[in-house]
Parts: sequence; structure tokens; C-alpha cells
Amino acid sequence: MSSHADESGKKMGMWLFLYTEIILFGGLFVLYAVYFSRYTSDFIEGGKGLSLIFGVVNTIILLISSFAVAAAITAIQRGQKKIVLSAIAGCLGCGAIFLVNKYFEWGHKIALGIYPNSDRLLDGPDGLNMFFGLYYIITGLHGLHIVIGMTFLAVSFGFVLVGRVTAKRFALLENAGLYWHLVDLIWIFIFPLFYLVV
Amino acid sequence: MENKDHIFAYKTLFYVLLVLLILTSITVGISLVDMGKLNVWLALGIASVKASLVLMVFMHLKFEGRVLIISFLSTIFFLAIMIGFTFWDIGFR
Repeated sequence: MSSHADESGKKMGMWLFLYTEIILFGGLFVLYAVYFSRYTSDFIEGGKGLSLIFGVVNTIILLISSFAVAAAITAIQRGQKKIVLSAIAGCLGCGAIFLVNKYFEWGHKIALGIYPNSDRLLDGPDGLNMFFGLYYIITGLHGLHIVIGMTFLAVSFGFVLVGRVTAKRFALLENAGLYWHLVDLIWIFIFPLFYLVV
Repeated sequence: MENKDHIFAYKTLFYVLLVLLILTSITVGISLVDMGKLNVWLALGIASVKASLVLMVFMHLKFEGRVLIISFLSTIFFLAIMIGFTFWDIGFR
């Protein structure tokens, strides 16, 4: 029966899940937009407090990782197992670098006394408190998605390695890839919202 | 570019990556010039173009059937309702 597995049904299921993710982050972006319109000057000040370099580097890393996953799908369709494995490994490496960057970025902010409920934010303007509250919620939730995506891809890596994901049956890898691209998609919007507000 | 088996050539994927990186540098460049409200719209516009490229090529939406395309567009439609109605409320308070 395994030869009759419903590959397109599995993919449809993944997309349905991705729709709920779009609405989840969409809701947070709406929250951001509403407070941006209310506290525009505070949000601009908050945005200037974030390191543009970290934002740009992490954007480039995620775009490259998405390319690697897309290349892995092309490779599995062509049955080039070695390329699949190295592309997934490259993507996992990119994810790890992203998280390390995030660690330094958050660590630096926390060292400056900017974290949820910190005295500095509570005593400062309301808008700035809102901005950094949303910054930690949205980038934190996104970071969690990076960790889940990496786990999903690592499992797919193992399945490709032992030959359970092949050119004929690769829905698992495809779904892990779709999830990873969604994480990239969300970052594409987080980046201008937080790092490019002027 | 691609064949009937719905496979994107590595070259195509790489070109898309290059375009995404170029768009990233453009959006950073634009953000350094203060144009008021226009900055926000340009940043969101470029982000939408980047998102479309990732969806169409990296996520193979270009190859998908009608069910996926319609369900995806419905999601975006509901997202637009959520954003639109929220601002309708905020704007007239």
C-alpha cells in the first residue's frame, strides 16, 4: 500500500497549516501596525536602536538557506542524493548562524536593560515599551519557528540518508522545505518592520 | 528554465536568490533616505515582491493546481479583511 501514499494530500495538509501560520503572524503584524500608527515617533526611535547590520546579515542568511532548501528539492527530484544532503546540511548551518546572531543581538539588548518588564522600558515612553515588547514577541516566535524548521529538516536529512525519502516519495522533505520557506517569508516582513523604520 | 516534471533548474533558483539579494539591498538603500510615509509603502511593496518570488519559485506555487492557488489567495483575502477592517476602525475613532 505504501506505493499508493497520497503525496499531494500530504502537501495540501502542510499548506493548510501554513495558512494558519500566516494568520498567526498576520495578527501580530496588525498589532504592530496599529501601535506604529499611534506611537510613530517612538517606533522610529526604537527601530534606530536595533542593529541594521544584524538585520541585513540575518536576511541574507535566511535567503541563502531558502535557496539551499529549494535546491535540495530539485536535487531529490533528480535523484542526486549527495546534493540533497549537502543542501540540507548547508541550510541547517544557516539556521544555526541565524540563531547565534539572534543570541548576540538579544544579549546586547538585555545588557542595555531593554527587555520585557525592564525598569528602563517601564520608566520610558509607552511607545518604546510597546515597540520592544512586540520586537521580543515577534522575533522570539519567529526564532522558535527556526528551531522547529531546523528539527523538521534534520529529520528529513535522516530519512534521505537511510533512503526512505527518494525521488519517488519526497513529501516529507517537501513539507519540511515549505515550512522553512514560510519562516523565511515571515522574516521578509519582520526585517523592514523592525529594522528599516525611519 | 524548467521541464514538465515541475523541476526548477539550479540556475533558475540561483537567479531568484540573486534578485532577492538585490531587492534586499534596494530596500535597505531606500530606508536610508527619509521620504516620510512613502518609506513604509516602498518597504512593504518590496517585501511583497520578495515574498511573491519565494512563494512562486522556492515554494513551487507556480506549479500547483487550482485548489492550492485558490485556498492560498483566500487566506490572503482574509488577512486583507483583518488588516483593512482594523484600520477602518482605528482610522475613524
